[in-house]
Amino acid sequence: MGAGHTHALYVHEHSVAHRLPAHVKIVATFAVTVLIATTPNRQALAFAGFAVLLATVARLSRIPARFLLARLVVVAPFLLAALFLPFVASGPRVEVLGVSVAEAGLWGGLGLAARALLGATASLLLVATTEVPELLRGLERLRVPALLTQIAAFMVRYLEVIVAEVTRQRRAMTARGYDPRWFWQLKPLAAGLGVLFVRSYERGERVHAAMLARGFTGQLPALVEERPTPRSAWLVALVVPGIAGLVRLLAGFGDLGIGGGVG
Amino acid sequence: MHAPDGFLTAPTAIATGVLSAGAIAGAVRASRPELDDDRIPLAGVTAAFVFAAQMVNFPVAAGTTGHLLGGALAAVLLGPSLGLVVVAVVVLVQALAFADGGLTALGYNLFNMAVVTSLGGWAVFRGARRLLPASPTGVTLAAAVAGFASVLLSAISFSLMWLFGASAAVPFDRVFAAMVGVHAIIGVGEALITAGVVAAVLAVRPDLVRGADGVDPGAERARLPRTRFVVIGLLTALVVAVGVAQFAVDEPDGLERVAQDLGFEEAGREHLLANSVFSDYATTGVASEPVSLALAGIAGTLLTLAVGTGLLLAIRERRGRDPARADQTAT
Repeated sequence: MGAGHTHALYVHEHSVAHRLPAHVKIVATFAVTVLIATTPNRQALAFAGFAVLLATVARLSRIPARFLLARLVVVAPFLLAALFLPFVASGPRVEVLGVSVAEAGLWGGLGLAARALLGATASLLLVATTEVPELLRGLERLRVPALLTQIAAFMVRYLEVIVAEVTRQRRAMTARGYDPRWFWQLKPLAAGLGVLFVRSYERGERVHAAMLARGFTGQLPALVEERPTPRSAWLVALVVPGIAGLVRLLAGFGDLGIGGGVG
Repeated sequence: MHAPDGFLTAPTAIATGVLSAGAIAGAVRASRPELDDDRIPLAGVTAAFVFAAQMVNFPVAAGTTGHLLGGALAAVLLGPSLGLVVVAVVVLVQALAFADGGLTALGYNLFNMAVVTSLGGWAVFRGARRLLPASPTGVTLAAAVAGFASVLLSAISFSLMWLFGASAAVPFDRVFAAMVGVHAIIGVGEALITAGVVAAVLAVRPDLVRGADGVDPGAERARLPRTRFVVIGLLTALVVAVGVAQFAVDEPDGLERVAQDLGFEEAGREHLLANSVFSDYATTGVASEPVSLALAGIAGTLLTLAVGTGLLLAIRERRGRDPARADQTAT
């Protein structure tokens, strides 16, 4: 309600990446994240190559670096875990800056952090260049069951409404002096969520009734015209995972610890 | 717990992906009869509710907050299959549209946050309902137990995956102890919120709580069988303590290890209680290690319980004595 139609993570721009069909971009992004996720811990060169590649894609898609960096906080808890790894891991130990740490843990932590950051960046680039309805349509074209994508579509559609309702509820509670700090002060919060559930459910019932009244038969009409995907789109999109694969190869497979296996 | 890309090994990601896809496909099929009626908007709006509920931070203790996983709640409200579908959609959208959780990590994220929480939560919920009276209070308490268990099960599942697919050499028992320890606390918050939401919905629209079948909402509120509940709760706590204590290690933990390596362990004086009977999580003078660990676990639980009860009693007494304060809480 009130807010714009675009998604918070979408960056409105005009670029090659923005124009590509969603399902092609999903496949390309997934391929890149698979390559990133299976890079062993010690492949620092490969990680650097991926970083340069993703930065280039961001630049070409006109996604500001500040936007990406701000959104990368979602992986922060796992960076913290990566920070602890050198201290809790087992195995031979080495001296770093006068502190003895487990060597495997050190590499494990670095690898974990690199994969988490690069993977999240790749996902962010996909979201930043594709609107959510397009993404869901793309999933459908990739044979994800329509039931799931339709539930997701309604979820995204009503998310803003329900989040706004939570926000209003929270503000009303705060205005009346409710500021929970301990477990036993949770009850009003839980009761509020209960009310929210009933309201959401009843909204769902109303939406459903309104749709039935307008002739809904269980199939949503396609608002976007389906066009066959030109082969050039695939070629353009797959350039990125292609380069990523090349980076992996050139950096050497090393000891082939699959999925960043130990070491 | 939205794990990023490459957190676990590729074989683990693929195996959990297959498991999750199978579970979701089964749940979709099982919830078809309900959704056949074209009630997709309802499921979608409920998914938006779960998403919004996950955004509400609740206080764990002064300063720290946790947030709802919602799997057990969705299962109790919508039934296990539709609950699983709804939470799976939430996790899917978070990964795809919000870049929260890696795309290649979807297999294990879906398994830990949707499959384990909703199916495991539902199983515990049914078990607890059998022991509790078929009244709104009984359903609410069963929801609390299910909420707590779902978080703990999720943490256990996560550490088991680490056992099979760790991306770094951290021993399983350390990960297990840390994950289960932290989530035992977060689980209490999940339990309270789950129970509170279920109680609120039961009061307004009992027909919307799928797990409340066989409960007569019109019936007068049966009195809470307090002794029975306390006994059940205590037994659960003891079983968990005995089980978890087995994983407690006498190796130095991370911090102790750092201390050793830096050489300031010597400087640190021995702990004041080092000679007490339960030092290093094992009772001295008991030969068998499992038995000794179990004893330490039981003793720890009883101690915590006693301290907690005492604290609560103390607070209640102070509130009772201070009329101004009592007034405040009453309004």
